[in-house]
Formats: sequence, C-alpha cells, structure tokens
Amino acid sequence: MNKKSKFNVWDFLFQNKVVLMFLVLCIGATIASKQPLTFVIPELFTRIARNSFIVLSLIIPVIAGMGLNFGIVIGAMAAQVAIFFTTYWGLTGIGGFAATVALSTPIAVFFGFLVGKLFNYMKGNEMIGGLVLGYFAEGLYQLLFLFIFGGVIKLNNSDLMIATGVGVKNTIDLKDTVKYALDTVPMLTIVEVGFYLTLIGLGCSAAFKVVKKQAVDWKAVAVKAVAAAVVYGLTFIKPVERFLSADRLLLLSAVELGCLLTVLWQAFLFARWKMLSKRADEDSILEPLNTQKMIAYVALAAVVYGLTYIPALYKVLIAVKLPVMTYLCIGALCGFNNILMRTRLGQNMRTVGQSRTVANAAGINVDKTRVIAMIFSTVLASWGQLIFLQNVGTLSTYGAHTQVGQFAIAALLVGGASVQNATNKQALLGIVLFHTLFIVSPLAGKELFGDPAIGEYFRVFVSYGVIAMSLAMHAWKKASKPKLESDGEGSAEAA
Amino acid sequence: MEKAKETYVLKMDNIAKEYYGNRVLKGVNLHIRPGEIHALMGENGAGKSTLMNILFGMPVIHTTGGYEGTIEVNGSAVTIDTPLKAMELGIGMVHQEFMLIPGFSVTENIKVGREKSVPNLASRLFGPSMESLDFKAMRKDARKALKTIGLQIEEYVKVAGLPVGYMQFIEIARELDKTGIQILVFDEPTAVLTESEADRLLEAMRVISSQGIAIIFITHRLDEVMAVADSMTILRDGEFVARKEIKDTDVVEIAELMIGRKMEKLVDNDQEDLRAIDDSQIAVSLRDYRVNMPGEQVKGIDLDIKKGEIFGIGGLAGQGKLGIPNGIMGLYKAHGQVKINGQELNLAKLGDALDHKVAFVSEDRRGVGLLLDESIEQNIIFSAMQTNGKFLKKIGWMQLYDAAAGKSHAEEMVKTLDIRCTGIRQPAGALSGGNQQKVCLARALTLEPDILFVSEPTRGIDIGAKKLVLEYLAKLNREQGMTVIIVSSELMELRSVADRIGIVSDGKLACILKPDDSDADFGLAMSGAWKGGRKDA
Repeated sequence: MNKKSKFNVWDFLFQNKVVLMFLVLCIGATIASKQPLTFVIPELFTRIARNSFIVLSLIIPVIAGMGLNFGIVIGAMAAQVAIFFTTYWGLTGIGGFAATVALSTPIAVFFGFLVGKLFNYMKGNEMIGGLVLGYFAEGLYQLLFLFIFGGVIKLNNSDLMIATGVGVKNTIDLKDTVKYALDTVPMLTIVEVGFYLTLIGLGCSAAFKVVKKQAVDWKAVAVKAVAAAVVYGLTFIKPVERFLSADRLLLLSAVELGCLLTVLWQAFLFARWKMLSKRADEDSILEPLNTQKMIAYVALAAVVYGLTYIPALYKVLIAVKLPVMTYLCIGALCGFNNILMRTRLGQNMRTVGQSRTVANAAGINVDKTRVIAMIFSTVLASWGQLIFLQNVGTLSTYGAHTQVGQFAIAALLVGGASVQNATNKQALLGIVLFHTLFIVSPLAGKELFGDPAIGEYFRVFVSYGVIAMSLAMHAWKKASKPKLESDGEGSAEAA
Repeated sequence: MEKAKETYVLKMDNIAKEYYGNRVLKGVNLHIRPGEIHALMGENGAGKSTLMNILFGMPVIHTTGGYEGTIEVNGSAVTIDTPLKAMELGIGMVHQEFMLIPGFSVTENIKVGREKSVPNLASRLFGPSMESLDFKAMRKDARKALKTIGLQIEEYVKVAGLPVGYMQFIEIARELDKTGIQILVFDEPTAVLTESEADRLLEAMRVISSQGIAIIFITHRLDEVMAVADSMTILRDGEFVARKEIKDTDVVEIAELMIGRKMEKLVDNDQEDLRAIDDSQIAVSLRDYRVNMPGEQVKGIDLDIKKGEIFGIGGLAGQGKLGIPNGIMGLYKAHGQVKINGQELNLAKLGDALDHKVAFVSEDRRGVGLLLDESIEQNIIFSAMQTNGKFLKKIGWMQLYDAAAGKSHAEEMVKTLDIRCTGIRQPAGALSGGNQQKVCLARALTLEPDILFVSEPTRGIDIGAKKLVLEYLAKLNREQGMTVIIVSSELMELRSVADRIGIVSDGKLACILKPDDSDADFGLAMSGAWKGGRKDA
C-alpha cells in the first residue's frame, strides 16, 4: 500500500528505461539529421499507417504466453500468395483489395493452425521455433514462387513471370491494381457502410433474440438505429458532405475533431449520469462520477486545440494527410484486442498465458486456446502485410516478408513491451519511436559522419540489439524464478 | 464395511494401481461420510497422492493403464477419467502448491475457467467462447464465497503480494464457488502456513464441513488430525491399514499404525563390532545450522556426530533432512557453524568440504551425481583428479591423465562393489539405478574420505542392490573406521544399519532415537509431535 502511494521517480525511470532510451535517441538523431519536422512527421505518419497493424497482431500470442511471434512471417507469406493471385487475375481497387483479404484469410487460418499445432509440441520454445519455422517456410515459399508458379501451374502473364515462363519476377508492381486501395476509401463511403452495418447488426441481434424467445429491448434498438440514421443523415448536409468526400484527413482537422469529440463524449457521460441518477433504483449501484477526470479531459482537449495555433506546429499539422480507412482499421484492431480480452476466450488466453498448470486444472483446453491465439495472430499479420503492400505499392516478391518479424517485434519491444507483457499502447509507442529512428538515422549518419551507411548500420544494430536484449532478459527472469514454478510447468507437460 | 448401513458420499473400494509393473496401491478402501472431516495419513510413498490422482481422474493415471477397483459417489458407481468429470461430480481440491495466478485479481482467480458471461452478437455467430464476461456477477459470486470462509479481503485486489495464508483461503473460496461441491480435498494445506494461519484454516475447515461438505484432509501433523478430524484412513506402502474414528483412538496408536512394520533385516551383521566410539571425538559438529535449499529448508540445527559411528538422518520429505548434506557440501547456501574434526568449514566456498575429506553421494544421481554420457571410469576418477590431484602424471610442465592408474583403480572398484557392466568404458547413463548408485559410491570412496555423507542411498534400486549398498557402507565403517552419515526417507534401512538416528521435522531436529526405539516414538517424531523438543538418547 505504502509503496504505491509514494511515487518513486527512480522506479519510474528504471521501469521505462527502454522507452526513455529510445526517446532520447530519437530526439538526438532528429536534431542531428537537421531535417525539418515538416519532413519527419509526415514520413512518420505514413509509416505508422503501414506498419501498425502487423505490430498489433503480435499482442495476442504474448498474452497467451507464447512469446513474441516470429511466425508472423508466415502470415505475411499468406498475404503475398493471395496478392499474387489477385494481381494475376487483374482485380483492382477496393474490391480487389477485399478479394485479396478474403483469399489470404483462409490461407492464413490454415498456416496459423499448423503453426499453433507445432508450437504445442514445443511449449516454452515458441520463439526460437517460430524463427526457424520462418526460415523453413521461406524455402517452401521460394519453391512455390520460383518453380511451381509457371513450372507446375501454367501462368501466362509476361508482366508477372520471368521471361522463361517459370518463376515469378523479383518485383510486382501494384500501381494499377491495389495500390492505395484501402488508403483512398472516401470518408463518405465509410460512414455509409458503417450505417448499413450498424443496421444489419441491430437487426441480426434482435432476430436472434426473437428466435431464441428472449426479451428484446425494442426501445434501445430503436434509439441506436435512430442515432445511426442521424449520423448518416448529417452526411447529406452540403458542407459536411464536401468535407467527407475526401479520402485523406488533414492532421489538423483530425486533431480538431479529436478535441471536439472528447468534449462531446464527456458531456454525454455527464448527461447520462444525470439521467440515470434521476431514476436510480435501489439494486443498481451507480458508479460515482469522476468529475476531476472529466475536467482534466476537457482541459486537455482545450490545451491541445490551443497548441494548434502555434505556427511551427500548425505547419506540421497541415503537412500531414492521414489515410482515414487505414487508421480506422488500426483503431479497430486496438479495439478488437481490448474487447477480446473481455470475452471468455480472451480470459482463457490470459489464464493460459499466466499458467498452463492452473488453466489445465480449471478445465481449460490449453492446446486449443493456444492454437486459436496463433490463428488470430497469423490472420491479423497477413492483413497487416496487405495493408503494408497496398501502401508501398510494389511487392518485392522474395524480400517483402523476410524482415517483417524482426522489425515488428523490435518495434513492439522498443515501446516497452516484453516477452510476457504487451499492450496496444506499447505497440503504438514502439512504432512511433522505432520508425522515427528509421527515418532519421541514415540522415543523421550523413550529417555527422558524411556517410548515410553509418546510420543504416546503426538502425540495424538497434533493431537486432533490442530483440537480443529482451530475449536475454526473459531468459534471465525465467532462470531466477523459484523452483516451484518449473515444477508446475513440468507437471503441466506430464498432464 | 463394519458400518455397512451408513451412507457414504464417497466410497472407493479395492483400489489398486500399477506404474510400469510397480504396484503402488494394493487394494485400498476409502469411505467418506457427508460433511465429515476425514484424515488421510501415511508416510511419503504410502500411496496418498496416487489415490487422489485416481479420484481426480488425472491423465497420469489413465496414460499408464488406469486403475482397478470401484468408485461410488452418492451410492452410484462412477468412472472418473478426466479432471472435468471429477469437477462435475462435485469433487474439488485445494492444492499444496497454490494453483493461483498472481497477475489476476481475487475474483478472476476464484472464477477461473468458470467465468460468467453474457451473450453478444459475436457469440451468437461464433459460439459461446466469444461471450463477454459479466464482471459484476463474477464479483458478486466471489464476495459470497469469501464471506463463507470469513476472509476479509477486497475481491478486486491482485493475488500477487498477498500473504501466503490468504492465498490458501482464495484456493478454498474457488473450490467452494463451484456449484454442487460435495467433497473437498486438502493436500497438506498447513505445510506452508504459520501457526496462527494454520489455526484459522482448521477453523475454516470446520465451517465448511458444517455445511455438509465432506473434507479429505491429507497431512502429516498428528496434532491437527486430533484437533479437527472426525475419522481417518491410514495407508502404508500402498496397503490399507485401518479406518478409525478419531474418538476411538489416540496419537500413539496412530503413530504406530503409520510406521509399524515388521523389522526386516536388511543387513547381515555377522561381523563383530570392534569399534570403540569415543564420545569426546566429534567428527561433524553443527551449531545453529541453516540451509536455504528450496523445498528442504534447514532452520537451525545443533547436532554432534561422533567419529566412527553410523549416523542416520530421517524424516518425511520436505522437512529438511536433504538440506543438511547439500549445505555442507556447498551446493546450497548455508549459514551457521560447521566443524569437521574440530576445524571450521567455510560454507561459502564450494569444495571446501572436499578439502576437509568429506565426501558426498547425492540423492540426485542423474542430476548432480553422475556425468551420464561419460564412461564409468571417468565417473569414478574425476572428483579425485580434481580435488586430490590423483591419477595424474607429470610430463614436463604438463599434467596428464594417468590412464593406467585410472583404469586399474576403476576396475578394482567395479570388482569390489560388484558393479554390473560391460566394462569400465560403458557410459554411466546406460547402467541400472542400483549400479549407478554404486558408481557414485565408488567415486566418493576414491576421494578417500574420513567422513562420508550418503543421501538416499537406496532410492529407486531393488532390494538386492539395496542390501549390498548398505552392507558395504557398514563394512567401510567397521573396517576403515569411516564416519558414515546416511540420509534416507526409508526408516527401515536407517534402523537396520545406523547407530543413532536423528529425526528432522520442519527444518529442526525433533529428536535422536536408537534403532530399537518403539514404532510409536518414530511416528510421533516424524509427525511433528515433538517440535524441536526431546533431545536425548
């Protein structure tokens, strides 16, 4: 108790040493690179959009106790197989992208299932297993792309295939097919689709309840439907429609919108609390309203809004344009990670992650839970790779996936995550820090040493170094654990 | 049996179980009435855990060929083949090692695997595992279970950092929260608790049983059994000894029943005892000796072992007897004063004991004792080569292994100890348990020690090898005057070979007994009835 109330600065610094170290490195390198923020920040946001999804796909296996999933490389391969086919079939635009997602998902589910099965045979060694499995899969991947495509399956497309007709070209241009397919979905479409999805969801929910002969709260359904309709209706107002018809959102507008929504949300919470307290019944205990927190949020929103008027920041904010749909997908995945942990399955994953022995004794199917976690991760990784590819616009057939695991894991670790513990926040923070370093370190190397390669070496050193350090710390922690724990593990194996 | 008319919530009859041809249970009966506290007693290896594993349908039973006998719950015969089945039948277990997750809150731990949830759209599409958790209802259940056992604790705090006593109670709360629980097994629940915590636990057990839930109470502590149990079953060597009502029996009788066995003569003592043991010559002297060995803590022992005697150290597993030699050899962190032949030992220095001519045969043959992939010869020689510089020859500035000397010594050892092998080049890992033990012994003897610690000398070896090892130890003592200290869980072998036997209980020396003292004395000493008291003999 006493320990908690006393905030210890040194403890805080020590616990966040990795993050703080990288923060200092990023700031230092940015200054040394002599690049204006109007260059660094837009570049950074592009990279966040590209890479966040795949980094976030690492979180579920960590929670399920399977460590850092080096096996996401296999998910990336599934994505590349899918995108090769859709490119070959000439599918384009958002439809083509959706088809690619639809095609890559079953492949990734299958791969994830196999990886999960394999990992169940090597409990405790998933990380090294995943790493080696990635190299193994690389061989199969090359066999598929260099020999089977063209050699066994006849494919006639001189743009994709090597001149001999056997094997796929080194790079595939996605410019005319799915480049920016997801990034360029107009906001108007998003709102429209969102409206219909909400209606379908409400309808299905109600229908299920009717079929199961459960009571349906028609009033609540109606309120939700009307709210959705109102939001949809707003898009028919001319200025709103004009604003929403764009596919990219100015960062300035995003910040302004964010501030506005924060204030509105707090107002809504306050109003709802007032309403509820008026007709409070005895058995439902009303959570007291945290007014301090609410005021803090509103004040924060005001301050952030105020900051946008600083000319230097303003320049940066109008230089960045966010691809709305991509960021929504990233947000949705963050939400999914959180919501999943509040379900029975998520709780099982957490239990398995904390102690397989306890999970087994509580009647949880440990192996099945681990396989499901692996499938989730692999599928999400394949989607993440698709998001990456549609933004980059070219597929380097034999290179795009090779570094995916290492870089995603390094980013996650830079954000302060560890082998046993990872959160959305750590993932996002890690991406920001890691990719800032990626952007500025070659430039800083050029400025400081006259050679961009030195910065390049440095960032490679950093990305592998952080992984090595984290694994070493994990092994050290495991070794210093009391013997009781290892006995438990042993009996779990026996059982 | 004798009260066939009575109703039992659980009846296990003629339970037998074999592990790889080794019969560990030989027709055991266990009858439990509803709402009673039933003590299940017996030494280590008596078959208690196997019986409980059968009751819980643990996979370890069913992957090794199942069991024989019948189990009846509430009068109807059942087959329990998975832990889940046991759970459904209302059998719960409070584990000795806590099955709790430190990172979870008390509520989450109580409801683990049985979370309450409400359906949502996703769960209707993908099945019940996607249902969202109803934390409010779970908290309510947790509060109710905690209230039943009278634990004042907020249900939302994390388990990590709670005192050990609380964790035990959370385990109990978790079992109570299971609907329809009828039988609750407590596996040595007081082993890790302080005295006041243990008292509270016993109180909670009474409360639970008063609600009609039967309790199977596994413990070594006789005083607790007398305090709380209604009836008891005693097992010995996998055999059913007796079922007794507590009111019809007393501590001495229970102790006798637990230990009592006809004295088999393990050692043919035809040799005349020509030793003159001088009481003033102390080979090993321990003062306030403490060893921090996980699971075998020594918590302050004062002991003098005379030069030239065979001293036995006995006690139940986990009470600290194994910590004594391991601490002296420097394998675990030890404190206090240890004098070997009057000279103080530097406990912090690994190998200092070897320099004082103390040798040790470890209980962990495969882990500490042997280099499994190396030859018998290497295994016998290497300690002496390292410590005493034997079997080395000097050629210029190099010290090389003297293969001829090593070979002849190893061959001699193989012959004297009758190590059954294809030759001294055979890897030690390929030998049987008894022969491995002999190799360990040969290595210790190669050091030419004054004092020999032998830990669990007969664990996992057959009766013939057992006899040979013990006889050889006796011979060493008689002929060479070597002080031999045998640490063993098998009271019988200590009583057949040792001059005096120290019983260790709860990390302290309970008493020193003579081999021909009564069974009841041994039983009482091992069950912790004399805590650190009665140091005579």
